[in-house]
Amino acid sequence: MNAFNTLERRTQFVGIGFVTPTFLVIALILVYPVVQSIVLSVGQSSVDGFEPYRFVGLEHYAALMDDERFWRSLSVTLIFTAISIPLELVLGVGLALLMNESFHGKGLARLAVLFPWALPTALNALIWRWMYNADYGLFNAVGLESGIIGEPVNWLGDETLAMASMVIVSVWKTSSFMALIILAGLQSIPRDLYEAGRMDGMSRWQEFREITLPLLKGSIMVALIIRSMDALRTFELPFSLTDGGPDSATETLSLYAYKVIFEFVEFNAGSAIVVVQFAVIFLLSLLYIFTLRHKD
Amino acid sequence: MANVSLQQIGKSYGGAVAVEAFNLEIRDGEFLVLLGPSGCGKSTTLRMIAGLESITRGDLLIGDARMNNVDPKNRGVAMVFQNYALYPHKTVAENMGMALKLQKMPKAEIEERIAGVADMLGLTAYLDRKPGSLSGGQRQRVAIGRAIVRTPEVFLFDEPLSNLDAKLRVKMRMELQELHDRLGVTSVYVTHDQVEAMTLADRIVIMDGGVIAQVGTPREVYDKPATEFVAGFIGSPAMNLMTMQSAADGSWRSNESQLVLPRLPGFDTKGANTIRVGIRPEHMTILDASAVGDDPWILPGKVMLAELLGADALLTLSVCGETMTARVNGVDYPEQGQQLAVRLNPEQLHAFDHDSKKALQV
Ligand SMILES: Nc1ncnc2c1ncn2[C@@H]1O[C@H](COP(=O)(O)OP(=O)(O)OP(=O)(O)O)[C@@H](O)[C@H]1O
Ligand SMILES: [Mg+2]
Repeated sequence: MNAFNTLERRTQFVGIGFVTPTFLVIALILVYPVVQSIVLSVGQSSVDGFEPYRFVGLEHYAALMDDERFWRSLSVTLIFTAISIPLELVLGVGLALLMNESFHGKGLARLAVLFPWALPTALNALIWRWMYNADYGLFNAVGLESGIIGEPVNWLGDETLAMASMVIVSVWKTSSFMALIILAGLQSIPRDLYEAGRMDGMSRWQEFREITLPLLKGSIMVALIIRSMDALRTFELPFSLTDGGPDSATETLSLYAYKVIFEFVEFNAGSAIVVVQFAVIFLLSLLYIFTLRHKD
Repeated sequence: MANVSLQQIGKSYGGAVAVEAFNLEIRDGEFLVLLGPSGCGKSTTLRMIAGLESITRGDLLIGDARMNNVDPKNRGVAMVFQNYALYPHKTVAENMGMALKLQKMPKAEIEERIAGVADMLGLTAYLDRKPGSLSGGQRQRVAIGRAIVRTPEVFLFDEPLSNLDAKLRVKMRMELQELHDRLGVTSVYVTHDQVEAMTLADRIVIMDGGVIAQVGTPREVYDKPATEFVAGFIGSPAMNLMTMQSAADGSWRSNESQLVLPRLPGFDTKGANTIRVGIRPEHMTILDASAVGDDPWILPGKVMLAELLGADALLTLSVCGETMTARVNGVDYPEQGQQLAVRLNPEQLHAFDHDSKKALQV
């Protein structure tokens, strides 16, 4: 009994030894900026150092509460996330199921699916911006030519259309990422489970409901967490596609924080936005983790 | 319950033939074992009966109905997989009840059936557990239970015991036997373990390279192997096989050694020049070296290697320069290097055509 306890304690000790370096690195590169942001957000200072740091408490947060543009950017971020993630998930699962079938040219198909993900977001956004262009864009050209639309549509000029356009670009780019993670999950499901399913009399749909989906839960959760965090931080896409317009209809939290810091040069107020954004992401992650725990 | 009839069944993958012109009548209530080396087409045959593999040629009848294009669920068959294939996210009870649930059987009846089968298999305490928390033997029982609750016409087993350790394998083998005695359901059982085949089977089908080498009771395939392949495959250690040439005086001589055997009693050698002669290790009598003399079936030999297995010992002998294995009593056996005499019991000899590998008629 005693020997066992010593052994157990030693194992624990070794474990802690292994974890410590990683933990320190993470603390340094992860926690430091967060702490720095929090410190900045509760003070007042200037970039040039002319005005020394002075603690102002929650002043900047209070100001945010009255800032309509902040609320708008928060809701834009949440709406963008809430619409694009489910779409990406459904498309990602569909693509993964397709890629998991065996057919000729499968390798090429996988490569093609991954292409949008491989392109840098900024470049993606620029390509799409051209296609959305009201005067020379592909969509209007095709739409007008085929008679689907009667007159040119200002895709990025209308508030609802601009949001929809942004969602489309995001879904186009990241569904393949979802698909990749889910494909890995799919391939880890033993084939004989499906054979057992066939013996039990499952239809294709029942196989999906009873075998595939439950066994993909882990992969789906991972994909959702990664993608949600990504979406809540979305910056490059509106930055390159719409610059947050029209009238801040596509201005995400990140983009707004960026403007406050670099255009209005108010980095204490900007830090407050960043901290709020961090809190939102943190809460969402906790939510995911707890639902994951409870399901098991 | 039903009989299963395989008529000229064949399976090809592209150009590669996995099973060829398979003809077999499986009787109602029979326990039939498909036995053969790896890759001989056992699983393919079983999976064609199950409906998991399409049938390239021929007809499959279960209870006189043609089943070639019938869905697995409608064939009245249940399968036990080698790797159990239990749904890992479902409880034991859910695993066992899945087929019934999909058939829309009333819940109360499903539960009643599961309870009955779980009781029979000693699984009652585990019904709410997930497969991940069960031992290998328990998992295999669940897989068997899942097949039983469906009350199928035919059970199909694909090497169900091969993932279990030796001791558990013996125990589960006996349980399977009891189960078959109790339920009497037609069963087709794939294995490459000849002990499993000999103990479980009413009849054994020995396959080789996609074709049937022999069908017979365990006794028949052991006593009267139809081909040299069967002779070598059944029995452990394998039968000793020697290539012999006919001599003018009717005796048989080996080209590779000094072994000479007298005229073979009763075999119709059809005037062949070269035949293969076989004798099982357990059909050789070890005598004192001085016994060599008048009896032409007593040959001089030397022990090259003596291995104790427990109750028995295996002797690797050089008999007139021919290497043979003999199985002898493990209590008192000659040691390595010892000179002795061996009697090949002539009534237990086997002979095969050298070219066709078929057994020569007695
Ligand atoms: N999907 C497939 N595509 C091509 N060839 C296959 C396929 N499945 C099986 N085969 C071939 O068919 C032959 C028979 O295979 P099968 O699985 O029936 O062998 P087996 O007797 O069950 O062997 P084992 O004891 O190793 O399980 C083998 O030569 C195998 O390579
Ligand atoms: Mg097999």
